[in-house]
Amino acid sequence: MANTISKNDSKVVGVPKKSLFSAENLQKFLAFGALMILLLFFTLASPFFLTFDNIVSITLSTCVNGILALGIIFVIITGGIDLSIGTVMTFSSVMAGVTITNMGMPIWLGIIVGILTGTFCGFLSGTLVSRLKLQPFIATLGVMMITKGFSLVLSGTKPIYFSDTPSFRQITAGSIIKFGAEGKYSIPNGIFIFLLMAVIAAIILNKTKLGRYNFAIGSNEEATKLSGVNVVKWKTAIYALCGAFAGVAGIVMAARLDSAQPALGQGYELDAIASVVIGGTSMVGGEGTILGTVIGAFIISTLTNGLKVMGVAQEWQIVITGLVLVLAVLLDTLRKRGNK
Amino acid sequence: MKKSLVLGLALTLVMGLGVGCAPKAAAPATEAPAATEAPAATDAAPATDATAEKIYIPIISKGFQHQFWQAVKLGAERAAKDYNVEISFEGPESETQVDKQLDMLQAALAKKPQAIALAALDSKACTPYLEKAEAAGIPVVGFDSGVDSPIVKTTAATDNYAAAALAADKMAELIGSKGKVGLIVHDQTSKTGVDRRDGFVKTLEEKYPDIQVIPVQYGEGDHAKSTEAAKAIITANPDIKGFFGANEGSIAGIMNAVKELNKKDIVIIGFDSGKLLLDAIKAGTVAGAITQDPVGIGYKAVEAAYKAYKGETNPEFIDTGFKWYDKTNMDTPEIKEVLYE
Repeated sequence: MANTISKNDSKVVGVPKKSLFSAENLQKFLAFGALMILLLFFTLASPFFLTFDNIVSITLSTCVNGILALGIIFVIITGGIDLSIGTVMTFSSVMAGVTITNMGMPIWLGIIVGILTGTFCGFLSGTLVSRLKLQPFIATLGVMMITKGFSLVLSGTKPIYFSDTPSFRQITAGSIIKFGAEGKYSIPNGIFIFLLMAVIAAIILNKTKLGRYNFAIGSNEEATKLSGVNVVKWKTAIYALCGAFAGVAGIVMAARLDSAQPALGQGYELDAIASVVIGGTSMVGGEGTILGTVIGAFIISTLTNGLKVMGVAQEWQIVITGLVLVLAVLLDTLRKRGNK
Repeated sequence: MKKSLVLGLALTLVMGLGVGCAPKAAAPATEAPAATEAPAATDAAPATDATAEKIYIPIISKGFQHQFWQAVKLGAERAAKDYNVEISFEGPESETQVDKQLDMLQAALAKKPQAIALAALDSKACTPYLEKAEAAGIPVVGFDSGVDSPIVKTTAATDNYAAAALAADKMAELIGSKGKVGLIVHDQTSKTGVDRRDGFVKTLEEKYPDIQVIPVQYGEGDHAKSTEAAKAIITANPDIKGFFGANEGSIAGIMNAVKELNKKDIVIIGFDSGKLLLDAIKAGTVAGAITQDPVGIGYKAVEAAYKAYKGETNPEFIDTGFKWYDKTNMDTPEIKEVLYE
């Protein structure tokens, strides 16, 4: 997967310069290498780290953040930002809860409503940013507060439980792949949803018009506009796509918690942005890879889990995670300077 | 050359991580061997010495930065010393992060502890992990707001209803059992919010017919929101005699409101402690407050977890106690112990 994506990237970006190509590979190696070193480090540091259950734990806690990161990378490639994804995720799960639990509609409809809610919120942000020319930071900050408020209003500030529909929980917590005696080793479905979303994101980014225009807008919006691309339309679509991913994350989250938690969500956008950046994507826009983002999301959750299993004090866990983020960005900056 | 610089930096990153962990790694390193031997100890107990029997109890709370949780941690550490057990104390950064708490619970289970103490943010969301713990034979005890699950057999917590009832009695005493009383509560969904509200309101209604309770306002425990709510109550009821704040944030809001509106004759009673409240009681602007015993909560939680591991039965509810304090007794050792700044 690594090779095909990197090839596609160089094609899409349309910069066949040799040095960039190899530097890009180096960047990927760095992120992947860092993940491997982390895994090795924690395995040596704690006998409880490398167990089937714990690896499943890490992957499961990567899912929601990973799906959010897969969405926001599209926006970051345009050079924009979407601060609303955390609360849009929550709003989507609340809408699914309202549909399924409060209105008694079937689960599939709730899922569709949830994802559409996310898409609509993204569409709203996109319209504010592209058509009405608001700064992405401010526009999505507004959407963040609006969706947070609506989540609290619609839920009556209480969690909405999916008690009447036990199969809803299976979306994330259930397992279609089990092995060992009596399904001793089961892999939660949430993980497969995450991987599926990663494949979808990779296809959209590398194989479709939207992906091509996405890179073009991020590299030089003015030039893209002058060459006849309807930037307003495509940018709106990109924000809507990001919202759709937040919607899927909302469903996965709600199914994991067996409830839509209306107060949760704020701050989750920052973890997603961190995953994207650790994965080697620049906040300036114009470049980025899906594989890097997936690895970035894994690095964050591995770090969080590993430090806990090792028994590092919580205050220090935060310090170390921050250090890793800063170093990752610093590395990326140096790599780019090296190319010039 | 540039590339070697990049590679060099990559190495620094990795090393930095190692170094970052190092001072801490030293502490877990001493635990690690003990922890490694713990599972082995069941097989080869006689062969190894007493250190191999070290009991590990992770404590998962609802927060960690807040003063209250730090006091709980202190109590837990004290019990850990007394019972010779190893503990770890963790909680999410905000009480909305239900999923982060699940991650902590998962990581704790991965370490195969002897028992777990948990204050669940959302009991239902924890269910699959509680079932996992039960299947693995790891007893789980609740503390503070506890865990609402049949798997969790015991909870160490403050009897909030009784504590707020005591606040109501004190309020009646201070205002002469007559007049209007208002209250700000942190929320209408959590058990602590509901119990403190009901304990205060029902006691006043049942025992003191001449006291009129102004409808409750909720401030989410947020200083600013509680201030607005308290100001609205005072503006609408200029003849208000007493005011009760059901947690640290609520009482801070009431104090702000009284200051901003310059109403000095209102009797204010608070809940919990914290520097703001303690200073106000010392200065006389707040009459007094009820304090929980966070140190006791932490202590009793570890004690109950230890007993559960040893197979002893715990009572279903362990009252960790509460106390009334004011200017006159706040410097006595027994009160000072349970107050935190």
